[in-house]
Amino acid sequence: MKEQLLKKIHENKVGQALEKIPILKNKIVFLFSMTLIYIIIPAYEEENSIGKVIDDLKKHGYENIVVIDDGSTDSTFQIAKDKDISVIRHVVNRGQGAALETGIQYALTKDPDIVVTFDADGQFLAEDIKRLCEPIKNKRADVVLGSRFLGKAKNIPLIKKIVLKLGILVVYLLYDIKLTDSQNGFRAFSGYAASKIDIKSNGMEHAGEILHEIKSKKLKYMEVPVTVVYTDYSISKGQKSSKSIILGLKMILKKLMR
Amino acid sequence: MTILQLLILIFSFFALSRVILRTRDKKLTLYEFIFWVFVWASVIFIAFFPGVSTFFANLVGIDRGVDILIYSGIGLLFYLIFRLYVKLEELEQEFTVLVREISFIKKKEK
Ligand SMILES: Nc1nc2c(ncn2[C@@H]2O[C@H](COP(=O)(O)OP(=O)(O)OP(=O)(O)O)[C@@H](O)[C@H]2O)c(=O)[nH]1
Ligand SMILES: [Mg+2]
Repeated sequence: MKEQLLKKIHENKVGQALEKIPILKNKIVFLFSMTLIYIIIPAYEEENSIGKVIDDLKKHGYENIVVIDDGSTDSTFQIAKDKDISVIRHVVNRGQGAALETGIQYALTKDPDIVVTFDADGQFLAEDIKRLCEPIKNKRADVVLGSRFLGKAKNIPLIKKIVLKLGILVVYLLYDIKLTDSQNGFRAFSGYAASKIDIKSNGMEHAGEILHEIKSKKLKYMEVPVTVVYTDYSISKGQKSSKSIILGLKMILKKLMR
Repeated sequence: MTILQLLILIFSFFALSRVILRTRDKKLTLYEFIFWVFVWASVIFIAFFPGVSTFFANLVGIDRGVDILIYSGIGLLFYLIFRLYVKLEELEQEFTVLVREISFIKKKEK
């Protein structure tokens, strides 16, 4: 109800004009004591899961959703479109990093307080979003990173676990950031952080780039436990472990190029 | 002059003419021009004075002159591939910007 109202104000011309006045904006947000949270979902060939993921988010009260269909050849776009949310389509597949940046740029036009990135393959739980946003609401962090190793990695295949742990080591060596999970797509950014972070990497190596941005832009970050569920579907669709060697090389090359 | 030397000479002059043409079209920067002229000039020089390469090889502790040529050739190739990778990466990123802009325009149309 509150969210509906705030959304109405936010979409309404007069409301937008009022929000421009800083004192009023704070008043409006205070009145309904809520923050505008925008959920960004990059999706590539996810017709089997995207519908359920969106429904689930809505069930948990997250109405502001933007799906970036990254040139899928299946019906991902149509399914998302029918859900009464924002859908953007890349005409050519550009990769998860590119899609995230598109989503962030789009969300920023709505002046959100918090931006959350969420996977389309159903591996994340909508109920975790609350915990992810808490430190930003309390101004304890600009960026909150989900960690499946602080939380739960349900049914994670052993090889995946090894690859991810190696990823943590590579990230530590390259960026001097100690994390418990460096390749997790479940993240929350304050509006400020989202506007500061600029993702140029198209592919999965954006994970390293985001950390680089966090460091170089001096953003406060912290890790929070989340659950990542591995199912036969998510494993068949997910990143092949063999590709991680190339991913590691790419991250090193990117580092050299800067 | 051996046939090999003649072939190297002809090819090097051909390559040099390309370098000059490209520079005149402003497709190569001054830095790149100097780099390529240096490369092909050294190739011609070494083809006619192979002893030079042996001299340099011995200087760094390699026995045969040909070996240092092969090593530096491989080194050069690696460097060029890295530059190609950087260029490709730039293109990829620019392409993404285009795709992104198109997606925003299409979104507004609807
Ligand atoms: N936009 C876009 N999204 C992608 C692409 N590939 C995957 N995704 C999305 O990114 C999310 C995560 O992708 P996954 O391939 O499962 O990667 P992951 O979850 O980090 O890796 P796993 O642990 O193996 O599942 C999902 O929502 C995918 O739909 C792509 O090329 N473009
Ligand atoms: Mg996945």
